[in-house]
Amino acid sequence: MRGWRLEPRTSVTPAFSAAVSAASIMLALVLGGVIMAAMGVNPFRAYYEILRGALGSSYGFSETLVKSIPLTMTGLACLLAFRMTIWNIGAEGQLVMGALASAAFVRYGSAGGAAGMFFGMFAASVLAGGLWGLIPGFLKGRWNVNEIIATLMLNYIALSLMDLLLYGAWKDPASMGFPMTPPFPPEARFLTFGRTRLHGGLAMALAMTAAAWFVIRKTRWGFEIRVIGENKRAAGYAGMNVMRNTALVMFVSGAIAGLCGMSEVAGLHGRLSRGFSVGYGFTGVIVAWLSGLNPLALPFVAFLMGILLVGGDTLQVVMTLPLSSVQVLQGLILFCVLGGEVFRRRRLRPSRAAPGTGEH
Amino acid sequence: MRTGHSPPLVSMSGVDKIFFGMYANKGVDFDLESGEVHALLGENGAGKTTLMNILAGIYSPDAGTIYAGGREVSFRSPRDAISAGIGMVHQHFMLAPVLTVWENMILGQDGVPFVLDRRRTVSQIKELSERYALSVDPEARVTSLSIGEQQRVEILKMLYRGTKVLILDEPTSVLTPQEARDFFAAVRMMTAAGHGIVLISHKIDEILSAAGRMTVLRRGERVGTIAARDADKETLAEMMVGRALRHFPKRRAEAPGPPVLSCRGINLKGGGDSKPLSDVTFELREKEILGVAGVAGNSQGELCEVLAGIRRADSGEMILRERSVAGLGAREFIELGISYIPIDRKGVGLVPNMNLCENVALKRYWRKPAAYGKVLIDWEYIAALTGELVGSYGVQTLSLESPVRLLSGGNLQKLMLARELSGSPSVILAMHPVWGLDVGAAEFVHERLTEERDRGAGVLLVSEDLDELLDMSDRIMVMSRGRIMGVIERPDAVSKEWIGLMMAGVPAEKAV
Repeated sequence: MRGWRLEPRTSVTPAFSAAVSAASIMLALVLGGVIMAAMGVNPFRAYYEILRGALGSSYGFSETLVKSIPLTMTGLACLLAFRMTIWNIGAEGQLVMGALASAAFVRYGSAGGAAGMFFGMFAASVLAGGLWGLIPGFLKGRWNVNEIIATLMLNYIALSLMDLLLYGAWKDPASMGFPMTPPFPPEARFLTFGRTRLHGGLAMALAMTAAAWFVIRKTRWGFEIRVIGENKRAAGYAGMNVMRNTALVMFVSGAIAGLCGMSEVAGLHGRLSRGFSVGYGFTGVIVAWLSGLNPLALPFVAFLMGILLVGGDTLQVVMTLPLSSVQVLQGLILFCVLGGEVFRRRRLRPSRAAPGTGEH
Repeated sequence: MRTGHSPPLVSMSGVDKIFFGMYANKGVDFDLESGEVHALLGENGAGKTTLMNILAGIYSPDAGTIYAGGREVSFRSPRDAISAGIGMVHQHFMLAPVLTVWENMILGQDGVPFVLDRRRTVSQIKELSERYALSVDPEARVTSLSIGEQQRVEILKMLYRGTKVLILDEPTSVLTPQEARDFFAAVRMMTAAGHGIVLISHKIDEILSAAGRMTVLRRGERVGTIAARDADKETLAEMMVGRALRHFPKRRAEAPGPPVLSCRGINLKGGGDSKPLSDVTFELREKEILGVAGVAGNSQGELCEVLAGIRRADSGEMILRERSVAGLGAREFIELGISYIPIDRKGVGLVPNMNLCENVALKRYWRKPAAYGKVLIDWEYIAALTGELVGSYGVQTLSLESPVRLLSGGNLQKLMLARELSGSPSVILAMHPVWGLDVGAAEFVHERLTEERDRGAGVLLVSEDLDELLDMSDRIMVMSRGRIMGVIERPDAVSKEWIGLMMAGVPAEKAV
């Protein structure tokens, strides 16, 4: 009997690596096409509509950028933790906590002018998101509590806390029962570009990307993150404090996600409202993974995901497909990319034809 | 040495195995007669284990044919090989520790009844262990067994499954000299009963006394097969290495200096993956190589980790040059000039996916001149230093930017040695520093350690190879089960047997 077997590759060039990613995405698009065809929709037309909706007009393009902002930030939050092989699945909860803290500062804090307001919200969201990351980080570092479970569960606590406030104490009396706070005052809003919804969060996202690259590549702490992520025993051998770094990385990861929450409420929505994050914290996992944990590649991946989100809205309107069909497509992409990892590191070879049948 | 009548138990011809585009085996022929011990000799990396993994069904060959019992066979799993009567005992045992001996025997076997027949299995094991002088208690849990006993369980497991061909991979590396003698007695009983035994080894002395024929491999190819009566030590060594051996002259320390590291009453609780240390007391002096003899897994690793500050002892005093250092962390130990060459190069000493520069940075990235201030690393300085170290230690690499997992074992060790010996350490902890290296690289490592000793460092050399220790050490300390059994001040004046008894746990006074 002939068979196939996987053998490890000796070296992986960046070009090959990129080709594997591209092929994985292609495969996902083909599979998504099959599903759309099964739903009675012409997949070529659907993909055309996605591209046209997301990139075909200056409005579409600006909307795609608007979606790329939170995806970049949550992606960076995940990337940092993943670099240390800590699986932070809790960016969503950390983002919500950051947004809650920003809204709390707007509601209760007193600050002089726009600058004071900005720094107050900034500090509040860093602390709140960071704390939401620090809890599982500390548990992991101190007692090796599984961070996947802990971060996942903390998402639900954060979301419930937000509901509690939005349906209760913080509810806008003028919202006609919708769960949202009153609009933020103008000094608590980011600047926007022209008549689009594109806001100052873009600058934050780009600055954070550059900072992540710099920290990981050039600093002592970044080196420690990379060594711990690659080989914990070597890290201990070199005298690195794995426990403290686990807690610290989770704090910073949570703080980045928390800032994302601030950027969404202050930059885009101008208030805290239920459902302000459409699962950006989870999509951030996909974005980080697709980028190959490379901070400089990450904003481009976020943009790609932004196309899917904006294009998905168009699909809903033009082709009357449910929004979940776009989520199916996202899931397929992650699935194929993770599957493609196998081929990034190994090659498929036919196993030698057996000359005899042995003992069978 | 064909007898001409019966076919060999197994024969392999023209076997190729390619890993990563390199031949691990190339055109190798090998055969085994019933009732003989056929040794497979070669340096580490010569392809001995690969060849036998093919015979045992773990790898499939890329070319060549295998015959067992006169028929051509092709194994797709170890199970296929066992049903053809071929079984292998690996260097690392594959037993389920929480199960008893008899449960391990039937684990993974075909045709085991739904309700296990304990009594029958136990009596079969007892019968086998008496017949082959492989004593073991079938009802004991594997965790409670010594390494030597576990090895006997592995061998019995293969006999229990009816294998005629037993492949034993470096069986004596985990045994004391006395245990090794019992082991070879069992081997003789098995061959007398018609089994064929393949003995993989790199220890020429034991092969010469135990094997009938020997095949030497070098860089994946067969150099030759000779009968024991035609073989001598020098010929075999030359066949293994490919050139005449140059023995670098043994040089003892001229005059050891004052103690550089003193340990008194160090205790470490065992548990989990760690073995205990009890009441470890010794002195390491400047300008000396202190050998640590012991069978593998007698807490030598734990001792090194405590001395390197990676593991914290539960009690005891450690004094480095008149300063108490017990309780400090690994980073302080590094800064105080204690270098550590761990046994596990890729798992502990180096980060395989990082490049040469980053691996050199591992032990200095936080201090001047490798770091600017508190935050940044000076990668240019590190690249220059790495280039210098790679040059002076002759590390073969494509570039300083390639991940170190692509380096060969010898080059990995040279890189780690270069990093650990740069900066004139006062204490060097070297654990099995020549493990897996070819003779040239091993000589280089030994010479460098001797030079460091002469410069003034105290070197703690841990090895399972007693000959290496006798060759290199100024004094030898013997460890057994986490205790120091004694320190031999003049290693050339004592017998190996005596050291062997101490390795087995007999205190120095009683072992005389």
